[in-house]
Amino acid sequence: MAEIKVESEIAGKVWKIEVGIGDRLEEDDPVMILESMKMEIPVLAPAAGTVREILVREEDAVEEGQVVALLDG
Amino acid sequence: MFEKVFVANRGAIAARVIRCLREMGIASVAAYSEADAEAPYVAEADGAIELGPAPPLDSYLNQDRVLGALAASGADALHPGYGFLAENSGFAARVEKSGCRFIGPAARWIEAMGHKTNARRLMESMGLPVSAASDVLAEGTEAAIAEARRIGFPVLIKAVRGGGGIGMVRADDEIALARNLDRAAEMAARAFGDSELFLERFMDRPRHVEFQVLGDAAGDVRHLYERDCSIQRRHQKVIEEAPAPRLERAFLDGVAARMSGALAKLGYDNIGTVETLHDAASGLRFLEMNTRLQVEHAVTEAVCGIDLVRAQILSAAGARVAEILPDPVPLQGHAIEARVCAEDPVRFLPSPGALKTFRPPEGDGIRVETGTREGAAVTPFYDPLLAKVVAHGRDRNEAIASLQGALEAFAVEGVKTNIGFLLRALRFAPFVAGDVHTGLVHDILAGPP
Repeated sequence: MAEIKVESEIAGKVWKIEVGIGDRLEEDDPVMILESMKMEIPVLAPAAGTVREILVREEDAVEEGQVVALLDG
Repeated sequence: MFEKVFVANRGAIAARVIRCLREMGIASVAAYSEADAEAPYVAEADGAIELGPAPPLDSYLNQDRVLGALAASGADALHPGYGFLAENSGFAARVEKSGCRFIGPAARWIEAMGHKTNARRLMESMGLPVSAASDVLAEGTEAAIAEARRIGFPVLIKAVRGGGGIGMVRADDEIALARNLDRAAEMAARAFGDSELFLERFMDRPRHVEFQVLGDAAGDVRHLYERDCSIQRRHQKVIEEAPAPRLERAFLDGVAARMSGALAKLGYDNIGTVETLHDAASGLRFLEMNTRLQVEHAVTEAVCGIDLVRAQILSAAGARVAEILPDPVPLQGHAIEARVCAEDPVRFLPSPGALKTFRPPEGDGIRVETGTREGAAVTPFYDPLLAKVVAHGRDRNEAIASLQGALEAFAVEGVKTNIGFLLRALRFAPFVAGDVHTGLVHDILAGPP
């Protein structure tokens, strides 16, 4: 099984995690919603897969390019 | 007149108000969060008080902290700027109760216009046309669907305590409506502290035309013409201009006179903006009224030759509109404002970072309002606005050319900016022709790079 890295496109704060371990996601399904500069920006699954690990918690600060979750594809 | 004014805001608008206070000979006190301790506006004020940590709820949106700082400042009035607590009637009332003037309309006005369905009803009763809409939605999907059927799809799901285009969701059919109600309620609760919703008929590609008014404590209200703010991404304005292109002056002045007349009858008593949507089929429809200074106030200042912040402060201090504004208010040339934001120019994703280079343009007819400077950090805590660039020309074409030149000369490094997008917009043929509407950003992005 290939590992799929879910990366944040922006620097911001994790507002809401939308998935749990083991959830099956399609490409472009929202994994979590970040908040930055008064905007809510979803982090989408880059490809279909099953959630293996979530690497951040709600309220955590994330950097641009940071891996926030891993999927098994 | 006030002796000392506490400025309960940050960034470009705090700098703007502090500069105006200095010109009026009034002492200023800045407010700042930990993230803004080094911001230029803080040093420009005569005094400054820290509010707390960076998140807005711990600083600029924290009423107890702001009121504590106001009391400690010894100021006799508070300027709220825009955003944050500027349209919070409870806050305005607390400021007044503490013995200070709130520089804005009476709290009852903020309350009346903050409740969007009540505001619509009030304006309708004064003879202003409104679009088809529901009242506050009752609980449950059934009630919402029944209302949407009555109004007709597509509809916009909007927050009753909302405004400024934040958290609106479009629903084209019953399925989309049912699916989005919970999300809209959640967004409303989060952004405005109230999950109540209403539905409004969606207008396809309308223009956003808004009317600037100024009132006084004696109930005299006059208008300062209109602004067109149709160029929007995510329902947020990025380019604003005055006067509105390709609409008849007599028509616009007639609407503005009717609005200021209606507000005078009701006793509106400070600065405000009546926002409308316009399309050829429906004409103008009341959208909402903002009971504060507008982000884009500088385009009106350019064409009218009036300092609106000064006018607002004078009115709050008891001056009459007749003493503040010339009669008639002049309307000279054309002005366009572009909001330069820290965001990428295609998807408009925010781009915080350090401003390695930040050199705003200068020139005849160019005005730049900014709250930051080279070397400063753009943090993820607040809105992405870096600067407002305003060009004033003899006519619209001259203003467009001048703004293009200014934006091309604006050097920013360290964060992504939307300058490339703004330049595309200013060159886009329908924009140049004045054929503006809220769908134009979509067309610009689909057009030539």
